[in-house]
Amino acid sequence: MDFLNAIILISNFIIVPAITYGSQLALGAIGVTLIYGVLRFANFAYGDLMAFGTMIVILTTWYLQSLGVTFGFLPTALLALPIGIIVTIAISLFFDKTVFEYYRKKKSNPVTFIVVSLGLMFVLNALVRIIIGPGDVNFMDGHKFIMKAREFKNITGLNEGLAIKSTQLITLITTVITCSLLFYFLNKTKTGKSMRAYSDNEDLALLSGIDPKKIIIITWVIVSILATIGGTLYGLDKSFKPFTYFNNLLPIFAATIVGGIGNPLGAFYGGFLVAFSEITLTYAYKKFFKYLLPENLEPNTLIQFISTDYKFAISFAILVIVLIFRPNGIFKGKVI
Amino acid sequence: MTKNFDIKISFTIMALLIALVGIFQSWGVALSILNLCLISAVMSMGVNIQWGFAGLINFGVMGFLAIGGLATVLVSVPPVYDAWAVGGVGILISGLFLVSVIVTIYLINLKIPKFKYKNHIIFLIIILSIPLLKFISGPAIGRIESINAATSGFLGGANLPIILSWFIGGILSALVAFIIGKICLGLRSDYLAISTLLISGIVITIVKHEEWLSRGVKNVIGLKRPAPYETNLQKTEWFINSIEFFNTSKLSNIIDLEARASLLNQLVITSSGIFVKLCFSAIFLIVVLVLLYLSEKALNSPWGRMMRAIRDNEDAAKAMGKNVVKQHLFIFMLGSAIIGFAGAMLVTYDGLFTPSSYQPLRYTFLIWVMVLLGGTGNNYGAILGGFVVWFIWIQSAPFALFIINILTNHLDETSHFKEHLRNSVPYFRYLMMGLGLLLVMRYRPMGLLPEKVIKN
Repeated sequence: MDFLNAIILISNFIIVPAITYGSQLALGAIGVTLIYGVLRFANFAYGDLMAFGTMIVILTTWYLQSLGVTFGFLPTALLALPIGIIVTIAISLFFDKTVFEYYRKKKSNPVTFIVVSLGLMFVLNALVRIIIGPGDVNFMDGHKFIMKAREFKNITGLNEGLAIKSTQLITLITTVITCSLLFYFLNKTKTGKSMRAYSDNEDLALLSGIDPKKIIIITWVIVSILATIGGTLYGLDKSFKPFTYFNNLLPIFAATIVGGIGNPLGAFYGGFLVAFSEITLTYAYKKFFKYLLPENLEPNTLIQFISTDYKFAISFAILVIVLIFRPNGIFKGKVI
Repeated sequence: MTKNFDIKISFTIMALLIALVGIFQSWGVALSILNLCLISAVMSMGVNIQWGFAGLINFGVMGFLAIGGLATVLVSVPPVYDAWAVGGVGILISGLFLVSVIVTIYLINLKIPKFKYKNHIIFLIIILSIPLLKFISGPAIGRIESINAATSGFLGGANLPIILSWFIGGILSALVAFIIGKICLGLRSDYLAISTLLISGIVITIVKHEEWLSRGVKNVIGLKRPAPYETNLQKTEWFINSIEFFNTSKLSNIIDLEARASLLNQLVITSSGIFVKLCFSAIFLIVVLVLLYLSEKALNSPWGRMMRAIRDNEDAAKAMGKNVVKQHLFIFMLGSAIIGFAGAMLVTYDGLFTPSSYQPLRYTFLIWVMVLLGGTGNNYGAILGGFVVWFIWIQSAPFALFIINILTNHLDETSHFKEHLRNSVPYFRYLMMGLGLLLVMRYRPMGLLPEKVIKN
């Protein structure tokens, strides 16, 4: 019994939140890594692109709600998602045409691209704040919980409850669907293969008759889809605040580099690695050991590796460790 | 065309703009813009040394600014003796422990270069030392933070003059830059950008949450000043007399004695604020001029030529026998020291240290916009960038309000759209920064005052 309690405790406070957070990070990290692999620069505007996509989804959700349209027990935002994706694709392609294309033709160095993406970051940041404001927006409707802690206790008769929010399940399912489609596309379809070829060796790909313009457009489309979905899922799960989205860029970058920049599968694992380390290292295991150990061995401290204040810093520290020991990332980077 | 015509004309325009603010808004506002412009100029000169001279991309500006700010607290605040008494020993022991861990790792790295599991051992030591450190320092930290938690709750500083902290801030920043540089400088440009950004995030987290050191989110207020305080000034004889002297004509127009006294009192109060800001301006101006002189000397010295050679072609410089790694580390430390210096100046000017206010957008990317806009590799450009960007940053809100009012003139006063736009006026500064950066990168990629290539 105690053993079961301990396992439920860990699932409730570590496994479920980490899977959710990891999925959100993974979607973001795959986007960053795709841009890096195909367009060859680190896009600092990505966090704000996520915020922009989410903002469009929220505005559409509000519009749908004002019409009286809801999505049953699912959040209305899922209905609004396609609109958000389309608008985000449009703005990505617009910025690519007006901003990035010029530097691509000039074959500018990566730093110029970073600086330009900084400029874009400021612009998107301003747009989001001007349109929707800097405050917190909660746009989650529909059923909040799939399983409440108390219900779980009543059903199983255990001391510990397991709460599962519907957003957590939605996040997981959406991530699984999106990522399977993405990896199917990259590995099995002709366009996906040509994208990987282009990322691997630009000259060779051009020589084989791959149209770079098409590849770049497809990359932006995929990236916008990922950004909007990732951003919306995060917003549904927590809440939407432009500043948080900008801050999320940092763990996303960490996940990207840890997984090997330019490697989507690596980015996927990187997202989960960062999420799990952030949560496992800051969780206080006192109660967990209380269940497992005999009474005379019970701990009287929190048994916490590092205080919760440092949650955000852990992803950065992982990055530093990876950079020292395996600069190319845990999975080999720079290949899609 | 006279020599350095573009520099002279651009700084004249800048001075005129600030003077216009003084005339149309108030001289207090104009002076505080000027002071922050000067501080920004120091920051952007620091980044310019790294980026413009050596081509190192440092997105960790925020972290070094915070270290400079921390230095002001550590140097100028009076020590809290009670806290030292209960927790000083514990903190010192933890410090010793930390140093010994670092020395051990360093020795392992040095003495056994070819051991297969060396990295694993180092990793294990780091992982084990964190909970141990927490175990050693925890009780002491708890005791320190419980002493007068509302007003102090930290160890305090050394009670020295605050100007000294600017130099200490520079030195501390250089030390941290040494560690960061050892980890990151071998990386490619974009990796370097991301990793410095993230490491500065770690620095901010530490400053924010180690309350025994910096009071963390509880902030430190009422720091010392290198300039007099307004309230003291208002009681000082010579100050009142000089204000009376400067405003003789204004005062003599008023015949009523009481009215004259109250006007004088008002004048003294407003001008005491301006006088204090002027004192700051003078100090900051001296700093900027000295730094400008030094970095111009450095830029045109053989060392500066070598740095530019390394920046433009690393391999060629290596082939000429220059130690690229060492020079990169040195210039990274030098630039970071200047940024730390500026961070201490900023906190001194504000009079308070608020760790939670350090955010990358304002304290890293804005400084980068200054350098890129002003002109990479040109010290005058960096200073101009600091001035222009800070000026736009402050003045864009009123400007945006002005434009919005013109554009929405036909709309009803109660229009929801108009009100929404008016409320979002503060965020137009981001838009202006972004558009400015994009336009400059497109049409004037070397900045407003491009680097001067010296040919001999």
